[in-house]
Amino acid sequence: MSARDEVLARVRRAKGPREVAPVPREYRAAGTRGPGDLELFAERLRDYHALVRVVAADEVASAVAGALRDRRAHHVVTAPGVPPGWTAGWVAGDATGREAQGPTGPVGPAGPTGPTAEGPELSDPAGRITSRVPLGGDAREALPAGRDQAGAHPPIGDVREVRRVGGGDAWAVLREVVEAADAVVTACHVAVAETGTIVLDHDAADQGPRLLTLVPDYHLVVVRADQVVAGVPDAVAALAGVLTQTWISGPSATSDIELERVEGVHGPRTLEVVITR
Amino acid sequence: MTTFLGMPAGGGNLTGEPFPKAAREALGNAQLRRNLAKATSTIRAKRANVVGELPDWAQLRAAGAAIKDEVLADLDEHLVRFEEALTSRGTRVHWARDAEEANRIVCDLVRATGTREVIKVKSMATVEIGVNEALAGIGVHAVETDLAELIVQLGDDRSSHILVPAIHRNRAEIREVFRRGMPGVDPGLTDDPRALAEAARKHLRQKFMTVDVAISGANFAVAETGSLVVVESEGNGRMCLTLPRTLISVVGIEKLVPSWRDLEVFLQLLPRSSTGERMNPYTSVWTGPTEGQTSHVVLVDNGRTATLADPDGRAALRCIRCSACLNSCPVYERTGGHAYGSTYPGPIGAVLSPQLTGVDRNPTLPFASSLCGVCYDVCPVAIDIPSMLVHLRERVVSAKRTTPESTAMRALAWAMSDARRWRRLLGLGRFGRVASRHVPLPGWSTARDLPEPPKETFRDWWGSR
Ligand code: SF4
Repeated sequence: MSARDEVLARVRRAKGPREVAPVPREYRAAGTRGPGDLELFAERLRDYHALVRVVAADEVASAVAGALRDRRAHHVVTAPGVPPGWTAGWVAGDATGREAQGPTGPVGPAGPTGPTAEGPELSDPAGRITSRVPLGGDAREALPAGRDQAGAHPPIGDVREVRRVGGGDAWAVLREVVEAADAVVTACHVAVAETGTIVLDHDAADQGPRLLTLVPDYHLVVVRADQVVAGVPDAVAALAGVLTQTWISGPSATSDIELERVEGVHGPRTLEVVITR
Repeated sequence: MTTFLGMPAGGGNLTGEPFPKAAREALGNAQLRRNLAKATSTIRAKRANVVGELPDWAQLRAAGAAIKDEVLADLDEHLVRFEEALTSRGTRVHWARDAEEANRIVCDLVRATGTREVIKVKSMATVEIGVNEALAGIGVHAVETDLAELIVQLGDDRSSHILVPAIHRNRAEIREVFRRGMPGVDPGLTDDPRALAEAARKHLRQKFMTVDVAISGANFAVAETGSLVVVESEGNGRMCLTLPRTLISVVGIEKLVPSWRDLEVFLQLLPRSSTGERMNPYTSVWTGPTEGQTSHVVLVDNGRTATLADPDGRAALRCIRCSACLNSCPVYERTGGHAYGSTYPGPIGAVLSPQLTGVDRNPTLPFASSLCGVCYDVCPVAIDIPSMLVHLRERVVSAKRTTPESTAMRALAWAMSDARRWRRLLGLGRFGRVASRHVPLPGWSTARDLPEPPKETFRDWWGSR
């Protein structure tokens, strides 16, 4: 008998006559608590030492730009479906903090950039990675060599977009791009006020593959007010059918040494959340 | 070997020295007791705090228990559904009767990739079956990436807790473990937990970026969708689940939940019971191979069907490995996890390990408790561990009906089967003294093997807290 058949046969012999009561679901179920409380959500995020900015819907670009400047981010990756407007304010400014004077001149290896000047779309051989900022031919060659070398003085407004990647070479290229990045910007699928949790749907264009938010040391998430639900059951309901998810509650942390909390063991050491009212 | 109702027992890392002997060694270690007491009292307070925040905790707990019972009542059907959901998406499903078979499957899969190294997500099931040892046997090094598991691995040590396996080590000891075991570590490394975590980050980052095969477990497996769920804090799990191109997940057959919706219960029960947080930093859910990975799931019995066969013991399979029962157990706090001799220590270990292996191979564990009942109170899936212990004591005794120790066991079981009786017995004197004076224990265990008398009885000590 195969192991499969044998294990199943054992289960059938062991389980005995069925006698279970229906599951009592008297806890606070999905949809019973109204929308999520933004104040509570922000408070719970801060409890985890996440950075929080609450802004009006039309202030996203300036909030993102401000956050990236404060972070002194140089190499920013975003999920491919993130609205270009979100990072436009940062592209226009100097990554080190000064506002650019008027339209920026030629920057980067080739060509001009700025809030409105979009370079020709570039893609890797598999056609999956593109950059809105011209990188000069081959995306792979134009990548910053790594945080150490690139940290010296990278070109102003070095923004890249990463599209969902399948595998093979495209995966390798994606890895290279992401490993060189020091900040990542994404949207989210749903957020939980009661627990201060943000959930990413990795099949959604504005949230991107898992790798994207895994390696960079800083993750900036933009959460719309209508995405914030009250409790975990509301989030689970909103996530039915979503194949690949990451639930994020504050930055990476460990308590393995004498139960003392240390943040940033492996994942992003800093989580920043822009909540739009 | 067969056990309850003739169902085959499990193997792997589920047996050790008899509890009384191992406990005696632990009781002599004051450092261990201090580390444990500090850790468990901290985590107890955190848990109580966040559990108290939820007005519907009792209802969640009732639902959690009922969902798991529902799974167990029709486990075969849920397993088949789960397998279908997985294979329809391209995950290869393997079945293992026991630890040995599970290891053989994993080793074959790893061998086929040609790698000399694999990275691991913290997983109780893989510790239970001893996959690291099996891989070492074919020349493959398994790198534990959870900080505590890494400390245990580098220190050539054993886990002493489900959630924080290195809980018995303090910072100075951990620094020494890193200095000796971590290649290229800064010799000036301090014992600041931040510095230690940073050293581990550097060491492991290189592994994450280069090793192409990962082994994980799963906290939950959703029969309806084929989704697997890993709940973690550090982000090492995400690294392992995402970066390597081959992922092998070892899943005990009791990890199933029927439907996606059921996670709304467990994702509330687990973090609050486990780390005492409202939510753990990262939970990964994946359904079939992701982003071009090759994915395998190994479904493991290893004594679970034997546990299922006992109607009075099967509720142990509800366990979601939160470790709340360990943190609140006065016996665990004094003896530590090593004394239980099994991957599963503490109150849950005392009822689960003997069922997985058959009581004949773990006859002392059901006695490793004072039946105070706190484990039941804190258990998020309402496993009545005290009643189960009493039941298992009876099984131990009846299994040994014809031997001389059966009398002794029966006397102990009688005393321990009633909380008041047991307290009175404890109140008469210290555990070791009582046992040696009032209970003849030939063969099974002599008074010599019983715990060194603690200064106060468990009961006095518990009462004074
Ligand atoms: S028995 Fe209950 S309290 Fe103990 S680890 Fe399992 S689920 Fe947690």
